[in-house]
Amino acid sequence: MKRTVPLIITFLGGVVLIIAYFIPYTQAWGEKAAVFFDVLAAIAFVLGGGNLLKNHLKKVSDRVAGWGYSVICLVAFLVTLTVGLGKIGVNPNTQFSNYAWSGVYDQVGSPFWWLYEYGFKPLTATMFAILAFYVASAAFRAFRAKNFEAILLLGTAFIILLGRTYAGVVLTGFIPDDSAFSGLKLENFTVYIMQVFNTAGNRAIMIGIALGVASTSLKVLLGVDRSYLGSGGD
Amino acid sequence: MYEFLKNLDRRWVFLLMLLSVAVPILLNARFPEKPTGLARAVFNEIEKLNEGDPVLLAFDFDPASEGELGPMATAFVRHCAEKKLKMYFMSLWPVGPRMVEDALDRVVRPDFPDLKYGEDWVQLGYKSGYEAVIKVIVTDLKQLYTTDRFGASIDSIPLMADIQSVQDFSLVINISAGYAGTKEWVQYASTPYPDIILVAGCTGVQAPLLYPYIPEQLPGLLGAIKGAAEYEMLVLDKYGARDENGELDEPGKYFEGIRRMGPQLIAHVLMILLIITGNIIFFIERNREGSS
Repeated sequence: MKRTVPLIITFLGGVVLIIAYFIPYTQAWGEKAAVFFDVLAAIAFVLGGGNLLKNHLKKVSDRVAGWGYSVICLVAFLVTLTVGLGKIGVNPNTQFSNYAWSGVYDQVGSPFWWLYEYGFKPLTATMFAILAFYVASAAFRAFRAKNFEAILLLGTAFIILLGRTYAGVVLTGFIPDDSAFSGLKLENFTVYIMQVFNTAGNRAIMIGIALGVASTSLKVLLGVDRSYLGSGGD
Repeated sequence: MYEFLKNLDRRWVFLLMLLSVAVPILLNARFPEKPTGLARAVFNEIEKLNEGDPVLLAFDFDPASEGELGPMATAFVRHCAEKKLKMYFMSLWPVGPRMVEDALDRVVRPDFPDLKYGEDWVQLGYKSGYEAVIKVIVTDLKQLYTTDRFGASIDSIPLMADIQSVQDFSLVINISAGYAGTKEWVQYASTPYPDIILVAGCTGVQAPLLYPYIPEQLPGLLGAIKGAAEYEMLVLDKYGARDENGELDEPGKYFEGIRRMGPQLIAHVLMILLIITGNIIFFIERNREGSS
């Protein structure tokens, strides 16, 4: 039962979406299935929150290495959740001033907005910015011209790195725009590489992925691949 | 020197990267931008529209990628406001609505105070479900968006009167930092419904993956801060205020993309120098190993 019901739901959902794509009369079925998915996606947030609590509480209770980070994660999660769901410090919407909770949860000046503006925003931006330092270090240590393929990769990287900045314009500025060699100007050559070599390679990969997705989807729909149901027995 | 470079502490590399980014920012270094075909294509798609045409702006990014995508969001909103287009904002990312608010705070509220909420622009907010949201709203927007971001009924908003689905928009502009984003908009909107015109701005790592959709499903694409700077230049050239000398006289917020190209230039040159240095060390080491 625990496995059969999800298998039937998966089969019906998949078949409805396939039929809806090919038969215009059944298009509304596909839309209905997509609405079900949107509702489930919203409910999944609750499931995700519960899962986060479970995993981190277990780490704290077992005192595993780094359990202090789990405490920080739990405190941050619970504080944000309480402040956001409770709409603490949020003024009611002027259109519906009789309803205390009618204001938007991240109203400017509210505690949730403060957490977002001075906690979440700088932290995520910092995490992303740090990448530049690691990429530079990795480029210095790992990007080696060991063979022909690596040399091709290096050459392309140099062209793109220069062509995507003003350096490319300066370095090949001596080539007239209207000459037969204007395609060799770094900014134009970069566009050529992206539009021809990159597109050709990516299209090949995308077609391969699409075929793989189609075959995997078929296996899931027909119940051949049941790995998404987890390892629990009936 | 060889020994020093061979055993170079990576903190020196970090310091160099810090300087290469910080110095151009502190010196406010700006370099001219020459718009490429894709940036022009994005610009022209918006230019083709008439006053009052509805445009859907989907902000599918978060603060982590604001550095790359914030300037193009500013430029898109300004361009639409200058063209007097009706702007509909939505997001498939939970923090997307805050990105919309940031762009509105930068452009609409200070520089276009005459534009009224509900009549000239509307914030539809975030919906969970990723591509499934697109799949529904391409045929029936009001099935998912029953209220705006602030809880007002969608039917009470004058701007929504003529909008039934995404197909009613003259243009869809997507700013994307990943999943769900431009790829999903292509797959579930502009491909099955070719009448939906989609242009996009995306992060640098996404751009190569989106080139295969150009130009049929995606007529124009702004790739990272470079694309934003090129597009900014086009918008400024056409709509920017000029002083008596003919120089652009606009606040810094409209030059953000161009300004951020300064650190990018120096950082890219540093990367090339680091790669070359690393390879010189590699070849010296290999020669020494070979001769011994």
